[in-house]
Amino acid sequence: MRGTRARATAFRSRHPRLPANGCSVEPAQTSRDRRPTVLAMSFVEYSDLIQDGDVAIVYLGPESMMPVKVKQGAQTQTRYGVIRHSSDLIGRRYGSKVTCSKGGWVYVLHMTPELWTVNLPHRTQILYTTDIATITMMLELKPGAVVCESGTGSGSLSHAILRSIAPSGHLHTVEFHQQRAEKAEEEFKEHRVDRLVTVRNQDVCKDGFGVTGVADAVFLDIPSPWEAVRHAKAAMKRQGGRVCSFSPCIEQVQKTCEALVDQGFEELSTLEVLLRVHDVRTVYLPLPDFGPDETAPQTSVALKTTTLPREMPGHTGYLTFATKPRT
Amino acid sequence: MADNVDEDSPDRIKAGDYVVLKRGDIFKAVQIQPKKKAMFEKQWFLPDTAVGQLYGSTFDVAPGGILQPRKPKDTEDANEAGTDNRHILDDGKSQKLTRDDIEILKGQGLKDQEIIQQLVDNSSTFRDKTKYAQDKYIKKKKKKYENTVTILRPSCRILAMMYHGREPGKICHMRYDMLAQMLTLANIHAGSKVLVFETCAGLVLGSVMERMGGYGSVIQMFPGGGPVRAGVESFGFPAHFHDTLHEFPICHVNALLAGTLDTACKDPPAGRGQCPYFMFFFYFQAQERKVKLEEKRKKLASAAALLEGRNADGLVIASRFHPCPVLLGLIQFLSPSRPFVVYSQYKEPLIECFTKLKERGGTVNLRLTDTWLRRYQVLPNRTHPLLLMSGAGGFILSGTTVAVDDSKPANSQRAEEPAAKRQKVDGR
Repeated sequence: MRGTRARATAFRSRHPRLPANGCSVEPAQTSRDRRPTVLAMSFVEYSDLIQDGDVAIVYLGPESMMPVKVKQGAQTQTRYGVIRHSSDLIGRRYGSKVTCSKGGWVYVLHMTPELWTVNLPHRTQILYTTDIATITMMLELKPGAVVCESGTGSGSLSHAILRSIAPSGHLHTVEFHQQRAEKAEEEFKEHRVDRLVTVRNQDVCKDGFGVTGVADAVFLDIPSPWEAVRHAKAAMKRQGGRVCSFSPCIEQVQKTCEALVDQGFEELSTLEVLLRVHDVRTVYLPLPDFGPDETAPQTSVALKTTTLPREMPGHTGYLTFATKPRT
Repeated sequence: MADNVDEDSPDRIKAGDYVVLKRGDIFKAVQIQPKKKAMFEKQWFLPDTAVGQLYGSTFDVAPGGILQPRKPKDTEDANEAGTDNRHILDDGKSQKLTRDDIEILKGQGLKDQEIIQQLVDNSSTFRDKTKYAQDKYIKKKKKKYENTVTILRPSCRILAMMYHGREPGKICHMRYDMLAQMLTLANIHAGSKVLVFETCAGLVLGSVMERMGGYGSVIQMFPGGGPVRAGVESFGFPAHFHDTLHEFPICHVNALLAGTLDTACKDPPAGRGQCPYFMFFFYFQAQERKVKLEEKRKKLASAAALLEGRNADGLVIASRFHPCPVLLGLIQFLSPSRPFVVYSQYKEPLIECFTKLKERGGTVNLRLTDTWLRRYQVLPNRTHPLLLMSGAGGFILSGTTVAVDDSKPANSQRAEEPAAKRQKVDGR
């Protein structure tokens, strides 16, 4: 059924019996066993205690974390032993130290979009927190904002947007790859943010975002963003808004800027942001031996300083921002 | 017509609004007050003459300081152009108009576009320049003779760029992309309880409030006599946002942590005896003082109530104070598994914080970072980076709290891994 249906359909329109109030639609194959909506852990709201159904982060050590779906009766294998969800996780406070079967221990952390970004399963190349943070501020995202995004990809930026626009905003996200669109839909529901997002499986360059005149901000991370600029303009509010396009190649940036100018966008600004991580360490510098000298008893000096990694990430992509004036 | 006005009403400039004036890359925050002059880019004008116009509009500054809406610019004529500059002599004599001539034109009330056209017409070398050189020439003249002001709604983005450009010293030289990183790393979102300690004129506090949208609560920890919030006003938040803002003086932090802070009312009941007539004046003054003190006590009590549960969801520090004691003191108010972010203009104090936190335990994912921002000019055949903006930007220490383990020895089983191991950070 899926392969033959036209792509330009929002998921919820396939199941007309379900309420069209913004909640997402479950594919017919999933179980009927819906969990009650509880004000529980979600990507957009903190909670204190670990509960069944949460998606948590197990912290094993520096640069060593894994996402875990908490489920009554389930177990998770780690290199420090087994974690039994029912006894070790459910009901414990987030941030607790959990001892595993072999005697080693881990911490269980509350999910945040930043932790999700470095732990999510990659289906595409993703945006990392440095770019996400810049985009969030430059698009002026805040609670209540309506945002259009394409492509959804692996949902890294999507989760960050949802966190910033909750509880009163909405994200319209478009993904032209059917399986990725379905996977994203699943994840949003599992992460209890589905009420804030609508996933559409269509080609934004041909069919737009599926909404017009509602968006405060539009984000494009697609191969040919210049083809989507007019759709971005149509999706945005009459009063105006902000747009951002992310492209790895400068040629894409040039074409996109031309399209933005043609469509009447103003205040164009292209930039890139790079992150430098400073490694704090103690180094020992030997002192020279110039011969017998009472005033210099030491042989070396300890220094607390930082070093930069041998290979620094040099480029992710160019971010182009612009403002849509009132039309 | 009346319908249109009602529909657009929320987007119209009103008296009393906090706005941001813009010309090119220069910004200034002002409040629109009746008959109050504003000075911006060496010009005086009256912002209240823009009341009733739409936000985002651009105005010409007419004589008398009156702002007049500017008509959208016409497309530029295709000028005759040359191919390169091999024959162009830079002898300073190509412009036929003198300074005095230009002043006369200005006095005649010529608009900036018209003055620029005059300059172009009177330049003997203009038509020999390449198209790109002509664009650059016109851009340069626009910058010099431009007489326009755009009025914008304030936002974190605009105010951060403004402060960084105008008064970086007031915000500890925090570059706007660093502020962006802080807000995201601290997971600032609606409904949480966030502690803020800053000496950035209220910019950081206002940015946190903007990201919380009026939901949840923000507690400003402040040094000295009273909280500084000038920057917060510039955001122009609706009144109800201020209900979520609390303050707590740091001089009471130790008492609060020790559980010895007494916020109960200590005033003796007011005497009910008759006051002689001439004592009324002093009586009212004393009453006023009492009311103010009571308000202060109430605020202290409400902030203390929010803090003493030690269950805050986020901590943001950005100040000229040494960050180490600030962080070690305030981190105690956070729940476990919550983010904290510390900004410092200098790296060394954050190295100290890092070291002390490692010794203390109770934190994971500690990272000392800074960002490097580069802007680009993107024009056909003229795309290249602009000035580099590294240097003055500051550093950030970020991390996540976990349950503090009293029994854990100082050298934990999770010592830092050697740097040779590739870190999973941004990028490919």
